[in-house]
Amino acid sequence: MSIDTAPTVSATALDATSGTVTRRDILHRMLMTLGPILAALVIAGCILLAVGVDPLAYYGFVLEKGLFSPLGIQQTLTRMAPLLFLAAGLIVAFRAGMWNLGGDGQFLLGAVTAAASAPVFVQIMPAWLALFCSFLIAMVVAMIWSLVPALLRAYQGVNEIITTLMMTFLGTSLANVLVKLAFRDPNTTVPQTRTLPVEDRLPRLFETTITSGLLLGLAAILIVHLVMTRTAFGLKLRIVGANPRAAVHSGLGVPGLTVAVFAISAGLAGLAGAVDIIGVQGNVRADWNPAYGLAVIPAVFLARMNGFAAIGFVFLLSVLSIGGESAARRLGVPNHFTLVLVSIVLIVLALAEYFDHRYNQSRRA
Amino acid sequence: MSSLSSSSVAGRDIVALEGVTKRFPGIVANDSVDLSIRPGEVHVLLGENGAGKSTLIGMLSGLQQPDEGRILVDGKPTPITSPRHALALGIGTVFQHMMLVPTLTVAENLLLGGPWWQRPRTEELAARVAEITSTLGITVKLHAKVSELSLGEQQQVEILRAMVRNSRLLILDESTSMLTPKGIDELGALMRRLVEQGLAIVFITHKLKEAAAFGDRISVLKLGRKVGEIPPERFRALGEQEIVSEIVELMFGKQKDDPEAVERPVRTARAGTAPLLQVADLTVAPTDNAPGLSSISFDIRPGEILGIAGIDGNGQKQLAEALAGQRAATSGSVRLDGAAIETLSVGDRRRRGLRYLTDDRLGEGTVGTFPVSINFFLKQVGAAPFWRNGVEQRAEIDKRAAQLVREYDVRTPSLKTPVARLSGGNIQKVLLARELAEGAKVVIFNKPTYGLDLANTLASRQRIRDTAARGLAVLLISTDLEELLGMCDRIAVIANGALVGTVENADDARTKVGRLMIGLAA
Ligand SMILES: Nc1ncnc2c1ncn2[C@@H]1O[C@H](COP(=O)(O)OP(=O)(O)OP(=O)(O)O)[C@@H](O)[C@H]1O
Ligand SMILES: [Mg+2]
Repeated sequence: MSIDTAPTVSATALDATSGTVTRRDILHRMLMTLGPILAALVIAGCILLAVGVDPLAYYGFVLEKGLFSPLGIQQTLTRMAPLLFLAAGLIVAFRAGMWNLGGDGQFLLGAVTAAASAPVFVQIMPAWLALFCSFLIAMVVAMIWSLVPALLRAYQGVNEIITTLMMTFLGTSLANVLVKLAFRDPNTTVPQTRTLPVEDRLPRLFETTITSGLLLGLAAILIVHLVMTRTAFGLKLRIVGANPRAAVHSGLGVPGLTVAVFAISAGLAGLAGAVDIIGVQGNVRADWNPAYGLAVIPAVFLARMNGFAAIGFVFLLSVLSIGGESAARRLGVPNHFTLVLVSIVLIVLALAEYFDHRYNQSRRA
Repeated sequence: MSSLSSSSVAGRDIVALEGVTKRFPGIVANDSVDLSIRPGEVHVLLGENGAGKSTLIGMLSGLQQPDEGRILVDGKPTPITSPRHALALGIGTVFQHMMLVPTLTVAENLLLGGPWWQRPRTEELAARVAEITSTLGITVKLHAKVSELSLGEQQQVEILRAMVRNSRLLILDESTSMLTPKGIDELGALMRRLVEQGLAIVFITHKLKEAAAFGDRISVLKLGRKVGEIPPERFRALGEQEIVSEIVELMFGKQKDDPEAVERPVRTARAGTAPLLQVADLTVAPTDNAPGLSSISFDIRPGEILGIAGIDGNGQKQLAEALAGQRAATSGSVRLDGAAIETLSVGDRRRRGLRYLTDDRLGEGTVGTFPVSINFFLKQVGAAPFWRNGVEQRAEIDKRAAQLVREYDVRTPSLKTPVARLSGGNIQKVLLARELAEGAKVVIFNKPTYGLDLANTLASRQRIRDTAARGLAVLLISTDLEELLGMCDRIAVIANGALVGTVENADDARTKVGRLMIGLAA
């Protein structure tokens, strides 16, 4: 063969092979995800046994309440709304390689501003505009809250894991202070914000109790997924995440992108707070902190920051948390057992990943 | 030569490969390869980009496992299960792409892998390093952080690391690609001394003259298959020229007298035209372990190629980065086509027509996990026609990428393959294609042909000449003096961050540059 006839890309011929490979990869991926989840259920079952609870009864209650009862599934789907917004925000941040762990602070500040503003706005403007403005304010407040970690990371290289976690402590406290002092409803004895009347909240879907916030959440996560995978902006963020030096070399404005990532991520967390208040709760009680922000992180990891997969895992998480609450009540298991379950899933998954890697290496021997 | 002594010990192979096959999705990287590696021999492994050389040594060093066939160590079939295992077997490897931990110091990197319960033996190491470096004729800054070293210096650390471990078999994958001619000769002499002590060496290179000068035995790979071998007896019988032409025949099936014969550059003397790139008093502050730049000044006219010669690590990287905008300059001016650009960002300088081909292709040149197709356009994200209104145009990207792949002969299973999976030379082709594509006025090439095989090296040099002939200004940074002599109009020599002299590339340029490089006046 001469140099000239040496094969260039045989892209057409080989694309087919890479196609089948990805299909096998997807199958492998699913196995590697579902297998560990099953294993984790077994392990958690053993723990339940050890504390004297029938695991089958527990899982039965979880499924019955979280998934199969009409009321339960409606609650599950309603719970998904804020979780989806939070997941969307985390996908943006994680794909860009930035660990925004301050979701809870941003969520609560968004929730409190929405709770404070919505009841006022509905009295002075049309309902849809009022809700829209509340959403907007919640988003902006959360964005501002993320500015400190964002600027520190962008211009000083300060690790954002620490700063966002610190800001989340400050944020939850500030939210509390606001509820108890500035936005407190004078007409109630317990400290809480004024309550948004049920008829002014986000409409429910059809004849159910499911909030239409669910649709907003689904839209948010799908938009984020498309932006991250299909647009120039998303690609820039992914370059920053995958190889920051290549981002600098390619002439991307990394500090600006960093601030943008934090703003989007926090903004979505703020919207999550707003959608929970305007859609479901109607007000914020003092010391209220559902800690959704931290709970969603494992789901986003399990989904490997893929938007579609994240929807699935957020659904699972909702089933677990709604079902787990009820099962916990009925069987006397602490409410936090859902968290135990989720963390077992994570640990088993990490182990499975490790052994899969080892196995691949030795199998090729 | 050691060849006489070697034939007496050569009876047994230290390591032998038998029918080793390795497949990757869409490609057979090694196809039942047999190889015998003997003490007292420098075994040269040759082959085009993507022929499967690095894959083969990946299996020898425990990074990968063969799909078929087996590896014999001291005559016994031994699966080499991990890099640690390979080291325990006495196989030390210098990989093509750097494997040092950038956040650690050189000394810490050299001490890595020792037993975790022992305190690192720093003094012992220093003594041992001093011994090796003095025979090698290199200096290594033990306490410098690896991330502050140039790639050439990192390569020296890698060689040192393999030698500190007392390997019986030393594998060097393109370890001369960043050395100066003098450094290469020193490495050759060192290899000779080592094989005389009974070591075995596997030496991968794209420079056929090195193969002929340093080798005892040559194996040639092509498309994963071993297509030929020159055993030591024949090797000794042939002269350098005959060896080179035999290799060329084996590799490319084509006869060429002297493949690297230097065509004198066609002088496109455009003395009258205004310079396209003017650099005046460019100064960069030094860091603890990296030189800065001390008032660098030069002009490049349209159509001109200015070479920068010098030992790697003398400020070449700093110069290129300061020009491209990646490194802050403390003072000085850079004018492109008359307009000052020293305050512009990296992206803005690129939009003005400045291109920078980095020598760090995996570190900053590409995003390894992204597909080949996207890597072609890393510096154009958002630009039409590949993005419209910010939305990715898959079809446009793939069409253009396929075109570039064909034009630059990038060997890849598909456009979707993550770029880090390509062979070193093929990644380099992706970078070249990216920087040479439309819109350029001034191009900075940092070691443009590093890692390319002969055919691609020649093609790329021709492309660079064509670039200049189109009226672009070219700054060519290289440690390869032949390359500079073959292509440049003028050659400047850099030492310790300063240009110590510039010579016209006339007949006596070689001696003048050589004198400048060792610190004499030209
Ligand atoms: N980890 C991997 N996954 C998929 N393909 C791979 C992998 N490693 C190597 N390849 C493929 O195997 C082939 C041989 O690659 P290899 O790196 O061995 O070439 P090489 O001879 O070292 O080339 P070069 O001179 O350019 O370094 C290439 O086509 C490459 O794309
Ligand atoms: Mg290679």
